[in-house]
Formats: sequence, structure tokens, C-alpha cells
Amino acid sequence: MLGIEDPWIWGVYLLCILSTVLCVSYGIANWNKGEELEKQEIMEEAAWEAQELEMQEKELGM
Amino acid sequence: MNLLLLNVIVLVYLLVTLYLGYRGWATTRDTEGYMVAGRRIHPYIMAMSYGATFISTSAIVGFGGMAGLFGMGLLWLTFLNIFVGIFIAFIIYGKRTRRMGYNLGAMTLPELMGRRFDSQFIQWFSGLVIFLGMPLYASVVLIGAARFMETTLSIDFNLALLLYSIIIAAYVVWGGLKGVMYTDAMQGTIMFLGMIFLLIMTYVHLGGVTAAHEALTNMANLVPQSLAAQGHRGWTSMPALGSAWWWTLVSTVVLGVGIGVLAMPQLAVRFMTVRSSRELNRGVLIGGIFILAMTGVAFDVGALSNVFFYTTQGKIAIEAAKGNADSIIPVYINAAMPEWFVYLFMLTLLAAAMSTSSSQFHAQGTAIGRDIYETLTGRRGTGSILVTRAGIIAAVVIAVVLGYILPENIIARGTSIFFGLCAAAFLPMYTCALFWRRATRAGAIAGLVTGTLSSVLWMVFVHKKEAEALGISRFIFGRDVLITQMPWPVVDPIVVALPLAFLITIIVSIITRPPDSAHLDRCFKGIK
Repeated sequence: MLGIEDPWIWGVYLLCILSTVLCVSYGIANWNKGEELEKQEIMEEAAWEAQELEMQEKELGM
Repeated sequence: MNLLLLNVIVLVYLLVTLYLGYRGWATTRDTEGYMVAGRRIHPYIMAMSYGATFISTSAIVGFGGMAGLFGMGLLWLTFLNIFVGIFIAFIIYGKRTRRMGYNLGAMTLPELMGRRFDSQFIQWFSGLVIFLGMPLYASVVLIGAARFMETTLSIDFNLALLLYSIIIAAYVVWGGLKGVMYTDAMQGTIMFLGMIFLLIMTYVHLGGVTAAHEALTNMANLVPQSLAAQGHRGWTSMPALGSAWWWTLVSTVVLGVGIGVLAMPQLAVRFMTVRSSRELNRGVLIGGIFILAMTGVAFDVGALSNVFFYTTQGKIAIEAAKGNADSIIPVYINAAMPEWFVYLFMLTLLAAAMSTSSSQFHAQGTAIGRDIYETLTGRRGTGSILVTRAGIIAAVVIAVVLGYILPENIIARGTSIFFGLCAAAFLPMYTCALFWRRATRAGAIAGLVTGTLSSVLWMVFVHKKEAEALGISRFIFGRDVLITQMPWPVVDPIVVALPLAFLITIIVSIITRPPDSAHLDRCFKGIK
């Protein structure tokens, strides 16, 4: 196979390519998935930022 | 070679690097911006930065040269780099790390662990392991880059070291993680182009994929006697089962560097820089292709360089490189590639070194500022950024000093020492933190301490390569290693320390009181 006799070597040569194909297909299949939590996180973060500002004011008197 | 042209190219590249560091600085306003890039990084930048940090010059030149010496068996490492280092890391570990880091407001890996297990000890001890363990690894990359600049740009070694350190320190100290990641992405892009060209030109030169491999297979009878004795059976064959080289390949290369990547603090922190799992899904695609183009190409081309050298000079690669495996890739590039490519490849190597160095210094800085200083003094806020910046500068200075005072054979072991240490110390705790609600503080601490100590002891007294280089065993007991019976001197610390640390983490967790469920709910909020 591919000019290589040892199956452990041509096998891993193909495995490298197949695992890349796996990464690519996973990426394409889930391109737009996984942002469900985003809105809730943005709201929480706004609260955090307000806290952080308050902390900076207190610590640095800015 | 036109030295003036090369210097101009490098200068332009350095200016772009500094500009991107400046961009990072200009858009960083608070601690979160400095430590985790504000959690709003684009998936392309995140994935390229992860990949470019992961792959240093030594992965291309050092391990590529090793493939030139021992053959394509190293591709097992590439497979693990992609499957474990990207696919599993992003999808299985990354998504949970991102969410838990967000839930707990964590900005470093030690902080994530410390908060998950509600233990300050875990945070500062992990920070200490990073700050003490990383300088050797940082030194490897730093010294390698300066030597490289010395030979290719024909400038003085000390000047090269100074220049390289100052430029990196500048954009890491001011730009924070954003500066690091923007420059990483640019450097990653250069690396990608360089390696893709290298692959195409190598196969074209050798008459196509199958023809090139066949020619290499047919060279099996040319393996020198000394290598055959270590188990070498040709460049397209696995080494003989159980031979010295087989153990080195499987335990150090494949397990140590391949699995160790999951627990690298400077990589894990990148999962916390994106806003949702969607970015990680997209990052998997980019990261997978990037890593194949890095180590996949380096190991393939490294092995195939034997065919080139044999057909043009009648020598195998290691003979053409005058016995030094590290020179195989540079000698091959100079002999086989057109001149314009030599310039591109030099930039590729410089980019690979800088992207790794910058993240090392940032990780050490945050370890000192956030994990050690803040935890031990109880002070929060802007003061810790100052300490982090001072920590980054200290890290650069330590790496330079170590590079000068330590003998070369210790420096050369730096990468595997750090990877092995991180895997044994952090991986059991990190894995249990993300996937096992029953894991307890006591279990995590026991695993962390066991992993760290057993891995250090194994390196100092049993694993020949480190033990011999460090010389502590010889100093105390009068011999290089305590166990001389094969295969122990060639078994990597990770093979022993990692399972042991896992076992201890699990056993101690089971026999101690389960963690508070309200705290667990907070940690695992939004994690299915």
C-alpha cells in the first residue's frame, strides 16, 4: 500500500489523514452548533463587568 | 544566499509581530483581557494559536530529524497529535474546560483546578510546578531560536538571544494573551504555508507519493549496523517489538509528547478564550489540518530525505548530516529546495519558535501573578497584572540564564521533561475535575502530589536519559540509574507516574467525603 510494506506504517499514514478528515467533517457538521448558552452568558458577563469596574474604583480610586 | 534580503524579510516579519502585539495591548482593558483574551477570540485565531504554540521548532527540526534517522514510525505521534491533541482536546476537554472556566471565573488552568476543588493549595502548587518546570522547556526553545538566528542571519549569538528575548518580552508583557494569540495566528499561517510547500516539493522531487515511499522501502538494507542493533528495520517499518528504540518510540514519543499535550497549561487556557462551543467546533477543523501539515509533513519529509540524499550523494540522511540528527532537516532544505524556499522556511522556523516561546512566558507569568501571588497574599485586581508582568520578565531572564549555565544534554531533554511532568501532575486531576463529580479535594491533591513526585523521582533515578543528564543519582548513589535491568532505564516516567497518579486520585476520592452538591452544581452549570 502506497509503496510501504509494513501495515503498521501505511496504517498510521492513513490514520493521520483519516483523523484529519474526522476533524474537518466534525467542524463542518457542527459549524453553527454550540452557541445556545451565549445569550445567558452575555447577560451574566455584563453583571461581572459592572462588578469589576466597581472593584477597580475602590482599589485604585479611578 | 542573499543575507541582506533575508535580514530585511526577518525585520519586516518582526515589525508585523510587534504591531500585532500592540493591537493586543490596545484592546486589553482588564485582567480578563490580559489573562484569557476577554473570552471573545475568533475561532481561526484560537485554533492557529493553539497549533502554533503546540508545535515548536523542535517538533519540526528535532523530531523531523529523528524521523530521518529512524523512519516513519514517528507518524504515530502525528496521529496522536491530531486525534488526541486536537479532536479529543477540543471536543471532549475543551468544551467542558471553557464552560467550567466561565462558571468559576477561572483564568488559568491552576485556578480552574483550585476553584473546582475549592483548594488554594492546588492553585499555588500547580502554579509552582509550572513556574519551576517550564524554564527548562522555555530554555530549549529560546536557545534553539538564538542559535538558529546566529547561523542563518550571521549575527552574534548573544545579540540574537538579546534581540529575540526583548521582542518576545515586549509583546507578551504589554499585549497579554491577546498579543500572544494574534501574533501566534500570523506565525501559524507562515508555518502552514512553509510546510505545505515543503511536502509538495518533496513528493514532486522524488517522483510522486508511491514512488517515493517505494524507494525508501527499498533502502532497508542500508540501515547501519549500530542502528539495526537497536531495533531499526528500515525507514518504512516499525522497530523490532521490545527493542530499545521501540520502547523509546512508544513510551517517550507517543505517550509522553502525544498524551502529555492534554494537560499543558498554556494550551488548556486557550479553551477559555472563546465565547462558546461553536468556536471550538470550528477550531477542530482548522486545528486538525494545521497539525497534519506540521508534524505529519515534518516526519514524512524527514524520513523521505534519505531517498534524496541516497540518490544525489549516495549517503543516508544521518551520514549527509554528519551524524547529527538535528541537522537532517536544515541540510535537506538547503540541498533540495530552491533558494526562495530557504528564506520562507527560515521564517517558518522563527515563527514556530516565537509562537511557542511567547505562550511559555505568558503561562509562567500568570502562574506567578495569578496562581501564586494572588492565592498566597489574598490580593486581587490590577496588582496581580503587575506581578504577572514582572513574572514574565523573570521567566525570560531565567530561561536565558539556564540556557547559558546548563550543559546542552540537559537542555535537550527539557521538552520531554516538561510534557511528562505536566501529564503526570495535572492530567488525572484535570480529567477528574471535568468528568467526575465524585472527585474530591483530597483525591485531587493526592493525585497532584503523587504525579509530580513520582515523575520527578523517576526522571532523577530511573529514566536513563534524564538521570544521566541531571547527574543527581550519580552524585548520591555513585551510578547513573538505580535500576539497570531492561527495559526500565528506557521506560518514560509518564508510563509509571500517570497511571499511579490516576489510581491515587480515584482511591482517595472514593474514601473521602463527597464534595458539596451546591458547589458541584455551580461548577457543572450548563455542562451536559
